Amino acid sequence: MERSNYILYKLGFALITLTAVLFFNFLLFRILPGDPVKLIIHSPRMTREAQDRIRATFGLDKPVWFDTERLREGDLLGAFDTQFTAYLRNLLRGDLGMSFATRRDVADLLAERVWRTVVLIFGGDVIAIVLGMALGLIAAWRRGTRLDAGFLLLALFTWALPTFFMGIVLVLLFGRGRLPVGGMVTPGLKPEDGLTYWMDVGKHLVLPTIAMAIVYTGEYILIMRSGVMEVLSEDYILTAKAKGLSTLRILRDHALKNAMLPMVTMIALTFGYTVGGAIQVETVFSWPGLGRLMYDAVQKRDYPVLQGSFLILAVSVILANLLADILYSVLDPRVKAE
Amino acid sequence: MGVTGALILIVVVAMAVFAPRLAPYDPYTRVEVTPEDILAPPDAGHLLGRDDAGKDVLSQLIYGARVSLTVGFTASFMSMVIGTTVGLVAGYFGGRIGNVLMRSVDFLMVIPDLPLMLVIIAVMGRGLLNIILVIGLLGWTYTARLVRSQVLSVKERQFVLRARSIGASAARIMLHHIFPQVLPLVIAQAVLDISVAILAESTLAFLGLGDPTLISWGNMLNFAFERGMSRRAWWFLLPPGLAIVWVSLSLILIGNTLDEIVNPRLRTHHLFDPKRMIALVVRARPREEEVLAESG
Repeated sequence: MERSNYILYKLGFALITLTAVLFFNFLLFRILPGDPVKLIIHSPRMTREAQDRIRATFGLDKPVWFDTERLREGDLLGAFDTQFTAYLRNLLRGDLGMSFATRRDVADLLAERVWRTVVLIFGGDVIAIVLGMALGLIAAWRRGTRLDAGFLLLALFTWALPTFFMGIVLVLLFGRGRLPVGGMVTPGLKPEDGLTYWMDVGKHLVLPTIAMAIVYTGEYILIMRSGVMEVLSEDYILTAKAKGLSTLRILRDHALKNAMLPMVTMIALTFGYTVGGAIQVETVFSWPGLGRLMYDAVQKRDYPVLQGSFLILAVSVILANLLADILYSVLDPRVKAE
Repeated sequence: MGVTGALILIVVVAMAVFAPRLAPYDPYTRVEVTPEDILAPPDAGHLLGRDDAGKDVLSQLIYGARVSLTVGFTASFMSMVIGTTVGLVAGYFGGRIGNVLMRSVDFLMVIPDLPLMLVIIAVMGRGLLNIILVIGLLGWTYTARLVRSQVLSVKERQFVLRARSIGASAARIMLHHIFPQVLPLVIAQAVLDISVAILAESTLAFLGLGDPTLISWGNMLNFAFERGMSRRAWWFLLPPGLAIVWVSLSLILIGNTLDEIVNPRLRTHHLFDPKRMIALVVRARPREEEVLAESG
């Protein structure tokens, strides 16, 4: 299969996945026990008419999927005037509904917070990738030595370590130190304060980033170690060795380069876990990103916010995977679809 | 490494089984407390201090092992059964069925686990059964891939071809001839999956979605984080977390060792020890021929 076909195939898969996520997201929040209007209205004294009006504004008076009655009347277009199409239409307009708890527009809430999560994930992941690749390479090269066993044990230990617990340990260790352990900025500082404000935000980022980095380094050590080990068992390494190339050159030019390829896929594949880690770290450090938003929404059963955050996280992970697939096909010309 | 892991695991299993005898107090009964008992630090009567309701932390820790192990074993067993079935069918039949099955595996792999579990549990309710079902039903994808790739190579081997030529049914071949060949790999993976399930359960519980009627390590951490953080109640915060690390590390050590024993990849290595390297190359040669003979 040609590369362009491969990319088209991957694009098609991503589109199907996105569609499935949209359906799932719609369906899951429709099977909520009880009447959704009752969740919005807490007062039992509200009149029937007022309740019906709310139902109408949310489109909840319409059928869920398909209006067979209007189809029987010959109104083909009207038959699609349902809750599902209303959901799609709102989505296309960027309308994700209103938060039950804060009465704020969900899309606004998400837009305000998404960058804070991006910064945290990016910082933590980059440190973890660089460290993990370096340590994994060394471990694979010195396979079977005490150094390798040490790195392996470290990696397995961080694998066994729940991300949120790493955060809690850091808070207990540094709780009385100079680094802040919660929130995004010292209360009182405003963005207008310029550099002082951003320096303060940066300080608040240190511990959450370290927590992310520690937990995910182990994972990358394992991936890199097995990747390099596989490369080192190839015959061309033996050839390189026979040619008298120095160990450093073999590692750098042959092992590292070839082990980089699976790394790209693994970074994208594990991106879903990393997002999960961000939810935990943000919860522990009260970092006001998407993760903390989800945590708060879970506590208050704020379904529109949950629905919106899940959608945005799922879509970004799907897109990241698509990007990795395309990148992979550019890096490795042998790649083709199954 | 595997033996160490097994020994650690035995301790935890014993803790879960003999919880009522080991625990100094029954964590499920109400206790009369004075204000001083709330988050009281460790003393002779309460070796790990007390929690925010004045209850003994050590007893809760011992009872918590039950929930973690129950969730871990049942969810992992579910994943193992589903994953093996899907992998066998997809690998053996291939074609359209295999394609559809493997694309659904790809689909599940690409959806971020934790956010998905969060929304499902938040909507469906946080009972123990729901938690087990969600973890088990989402955790089978890796097993399915592993089994499928093994089946693809095993199904071309002589004994399978012979069985087919004498008219054995597909179900019989899969169950009696191919399944025993993939079982060791599946078990190694299932052991690793137990730890993944235990971590998932405690993460959900920490985020406030644990079964509220049970004492689990994740639930304890949720309470400790919500109420014990400001008092820096380390005796309430650290033990349940360390218990999670303890049990999942043991499972990972066991699973990793099993994997190294049963997985035929990664045996050769050309860079490290020149003397051993020659031996490895010599030994590696017949294996390559074997592979060629099998694939051809």
